[in-house]
Amino acid sequence: MELLYAITLGVLTSCGTYLLLRARTFTVILGLTLLSHAVNLYLFASGRLVAGAPAIIGIADTMADPLPQALVLTAIVIGFAMTAFVVVLALKAAVELRNDHVDGENPDEDRT
Amino acid sequence: MNHVLILPILLPLLTGAGQLLFYRAPFAVQRLLGFASTAWLVLLGLWAIVTAGAGDYLIYQAGNWPAPFGIVLVLDRLAAIMLALTAVLGLCCLLYASGGTDRRGAHFHALFQFQLAGLNGAFLTGDLFNLFVFFEILLIASYALLLHGGGRARSRAGLHYVIINLAGSALFLIALGTLYGLVGTLNMADLAQRIAAAPAEDAPLLAAASLILLVVFGIKAAILPLLFWLPRAYSAASAPVAALFAIMTKVGVYAILRVFLLVFALGEAPVNETAWNWLWPLALLTLALGGIGVLGSESLRTLTAYLVILSVGTLLATISLATPAALGAALFYLVHSTLMAAAFFLLADLLGQQRKEGYDRFSAVGPIGHRWVLGSLFFIAGIAMAGLPPFSGFVSKVWILQASGAQPGGLWLWGILLASALLVIIAISRTGSSWFWRPGEMATPYPLRRGLLTLVYSMVGLNALLAAFGDPVMAYLALTAEQLFAPQGYISAVLPEATAPTWEVAP
Repeated sequence: MELLYAITLGVLTSCGTYLLLRARTFTVILGLTLLSHAVNLYLFASGRLVAGAPAIIGIADTMADPLPQALVLTAIVIGFAMTAFVVVLALKAAVELRNDHVDGENPDEDRT
Repeated sequence: MNHVLILPILLPLLTGAGQLLFYRAPFAVQRLLGFASTAWLVLLGLWAIVTAGAGDYLIYQAGNWPAPFGIVLVLDRLAAIMLALTAVLGLCCLLYASGGTDRRGAHFHALFQFQLAGLNGAFLTGDLFNLFVFFEILLIASYALLLHGGGRARSRAGLHYVIINLAGSALFLIALGTLYGLVGTLNMADLAQRIAAAPAEDAPLLAAASLILLVVFGIKAAILPLLFWLPRAYSAASAPVAALFAIMTKVGVYAILRVFLLVFALGEAPVNETAWNWLWPLALLTLALGGIGVLGSESLRTLTAYLVILSVGTLLATISLATPAALGAALFYLVHSTLMAAAFFLLADLLGQQRKEGYDRFSAVGPIGHRWVLGSLFFIAGIAMAGLPPFSGFVSKVWILQASGAQPGGLWLWGILLASALLVIIAISRTGSSWFWRPGEMATPYPLRRGLLTLVYSMVGLNALLAAFGDPVMAYLALTAEQLFAPQGYISAVLPEATAPTWEVAP
């Protein structure tokens, strides 16, 4: 399970980083979303991966660490709000600047 | 337990929520609420300075949960200074914004209060994950404040600012996950103990986590490879917002101090040495780049943004010397540079309003209204900014030079600091002569806002007061630095039952 988890994390992070470095706002936002997924999974794994164990003391012999789950919940909420904000901001910038390049100007087009 | 300690967070949070709920109320009510809250914050800041001045740590356990399990707020001298500075700066910015800037967009006052709540929370919290949450609160408020007033330049700068900070947040969480996975706690005091006792094979991972945190705080503080978002963002923001942002880079500096002098400072081979070794050359380069940027700026606001970068470079270079004397000097410089950068952003707006064309751009050469009043203000503020006597910039710089002279590599700091100070003087005097000296008097000047002028004057006056009362201020800051270099006190205050072994404190 650990190997599968690690590979997933690696793929998500590298895709996210690649997209983050693109020049269009939409791909950058996709990259940020993938990166935040990877980060959430990483935080979740920081309490160690255990299967079939509740996050409550005293029910079963083994128990999962509840704290990373709480942290992930917080991180998900914050990440969701931030993504919503950056989507709206990118739309606003695309309308105002008439293009969706992250620098607000398209180097391929002739500047008039 | 003293419940006053949570008020600096709760008061602006509730005020901001109230302003959002009653946004249809007359605008004067919104302003009044904002003023009331911020004035109370100033009083709370003074209370914090007096309380923390006694040398004890004030602990607030949220929900009465004991320390490593619940979230604690900790008030020490450094937190008290930052609280007071934020409150005073916030009040000045709010007063200036009430000159009319706050009407140019929706919800300015609510966002302003949320920003203050996030700042105060970041300064008070004793938990690393909670620090992340307060960072996000202050960031999301700052995103919206940066866009306040609208316009193409703000959208463009805002996009860069938001994206780099979102990437920074992701990195912050990666560092937190690594730390939690290794030592199983996120309370700063508990972290410090457990990292010191961590087995040797964990050391590379801990160092990696500490360096990721350095990158995150470096984005906030604008250290060299991570600072290119700053000039555009700060020069695009409206004047009171840019002035408030003067404290935002200092949040990064605060976090670096807190984390690297507490969390990674203990143990036989402390983790923070790696960070200091990186920070020293990067900070010097930041300082040099700030000086060059000041000289090459195209407008007064960009110039001020590079002055912010220059101040961050000075601060971090001094801090990475890692001696109590240097740290005290750096803290004095922190207070001075925050106040003066804010005053300069406001001054740029005041001057820009009086010019017929070009606003604050240097390329435009035209007469300026009220040449003598504004010219003398610019002259005095320029002297204060450049760090010439009799202002506190001079006192703090002399202190920095004194503290660093005996250190290895201190001569580098001397050279670069003095050279960039010279560049600042050249840039400011060039601006002054081309704006006030060369062109003649304007025939029909625009009306001058006496209130706003007095506000900027009093901010510069406050700076002079800091120098006039330099002795008690310096004594307080020296004690602050000593307290920061004795993290055992912090740990035993937060975790009273822990039998803390007395580790040697790393230089």
